[in-house]
Amino acid sequence: MPDSPRIHDPKKDGPVRTMVVALVVSFCCAVLVAGTAILLRPQYELNQEHNRQKNILAAAGLLRAEKTVQELFQQVEPQVIDLSSGKHAPGVDPATSAAKSPISRDNDIAFIKERPRYAVVYLAYDDDHLSEIILPVYGYGLWSTMYGYVALEADANTIVGLRFYEHGETPGLGAEIENQQWLDLWRGKRVYGDSGEALIEVIKGQVAVEGNSQVDHQVDGITGATLTGDGVTNLLRYWLGEQGFGHYLQGLRQGGEDSI
Amino acid sequence: MKAETKAALIDPLIDENPVTFQILGLCSALAVTTSMLPALLMSLAVTCVLAFGSAMISAIRRQIPDNIRIVVQMTIIASLVIVVDLILKAYAFETSKQLSVFVGLIVTNCILLGRIETFAMKNGVMSSFLDGLGNGLGYGLVLMAIAFVRELFGSGTLFGVTILPSVYDGGWYYPNGMLVLSPGVFILIGLMIWAIRSWRADQVEQAEFRIHHVHRTEAAS
Repeated sequence: MPDSPRIHDPKKDGPVRTMVVALVVSFCCAVLVAGTAILLRPQYELNQEHNRQKNILAAAGLLRAEKTVQELFQQVEPQVIDLSSGKHAPGVDPATSAAKSPISRDNDIAFIKERPRYAVVYLAYDDDHLSEIILPVYGYGLWSTMYGYVALEADANTIVGLRFYEHGETPGLGAEIENQQWLDLWRGKRVYGDSGEALIEVIKGQVAVEGNSQVDHQVDGITGATLTGDGVTNLLRYWLGEQGFGHYLQGLRQGGEDSI
Repeated sequence: MKAETKAALIDPLIDENPVTFQILGLCSALAVTTSMLPALLMSLAVTCVLAFGSAMISAIRRQIPDNIRIVVQMTIIASLVIVVDLILKAYAFETSKQLSVFVGLIVTNCILLGRIETFAMKNGVMSSFLDGLGNGLGYGLVLMAIAFVRELFGSGTLFGVTILPSVYDGGWYYPNGMLVLSPGVFILIGLMIWAIRSWRADQVEQAEFRIHHVHRTEAAS
């Protein structure tokens, strides 16, 4: 039975009652939301880790429908790298030795403010030969920090694939950095020019094929997502430049894996 | 079941369907219906929020001061939506990524505030719960019907299982790309409303105005 029509009740609508109801409702809702968040956090973190591993494999083109992500992830070998020397740093756990150094404003093209001392790269092998190097990359887009992985061939120059596993870009525009067709454009692109400088970039519009000396380094922009595209350019140039994995990759190119 | 509770549950399915009769919640109906699985999860999410939100607000409806009633309603709806979003992220991670912002946007779905303000604020807990459940199911019914047509004819699959092998995968079916895009849904919902109103003529509203053809002699004066 519907209630009788409401009559204005000064006692019920008074300021004290209003405050009490507002506070009690807010408190109950806060407890509900916080409780759920804490209760479900372990499961959520598990999903995120799974998603991260899946994206590492997807960047490297190693995802297979018939095998689980956990099984496939055994194939890639994590390796801790000291970013400033570019050398392998065995025995260091980057999770516990979270040494970070601030990046000077001029060098901070990816807008990440701090650089960790150590980073974990993943190596994939094909019959004992190094076939792919998968590097973590991150940087600021339009709204958010975008986290991803880029996989390079053993020449440490040619891109195999790129994936982003966490970002908060605009759905339908910037979030198209997860679009498979756009990601497929990266395959075969080259990061470095003859001088060794990272030239890879997302341009505005479509890459001209004829008479374009930069065609190997350029990827089509996403319509309506120019700033997100610039962010992708910047984060790749930062992490593949000498501030990021530049020294490590140079070592790989010159002396092969054994010199690291 | 009592006639009244039955009506609260059954009426919103066709006779007072939130999408096709009340014309509410169209934005999300466009966004999440490209395939069946996100549409199903979205329907469940809206149904849960609507049913429990209606019940909770109905329970405290005599305590809520009139001047902050919308704020209180929104606080409760928003909290329930966050809870549903967290549950989806924990147990349906991949699909929750596809639904992206649309789960969060349940807060602004007109069906919720519409039902709570017009029904739950004036009725008892049990009938409000059933009203919320019924409207959620009515919304879900339309969503599933649209998603069925869109996924089957737009991509040739249902719940991701191939039904009509598309030419891109070496089959014979040429997918209708328009159904995957938003204009296709407008046309589908339009056709659906037309069909329902031809069948249930009492749903047709009285025209609020009629285009009046002015004769030139009238225009002169």
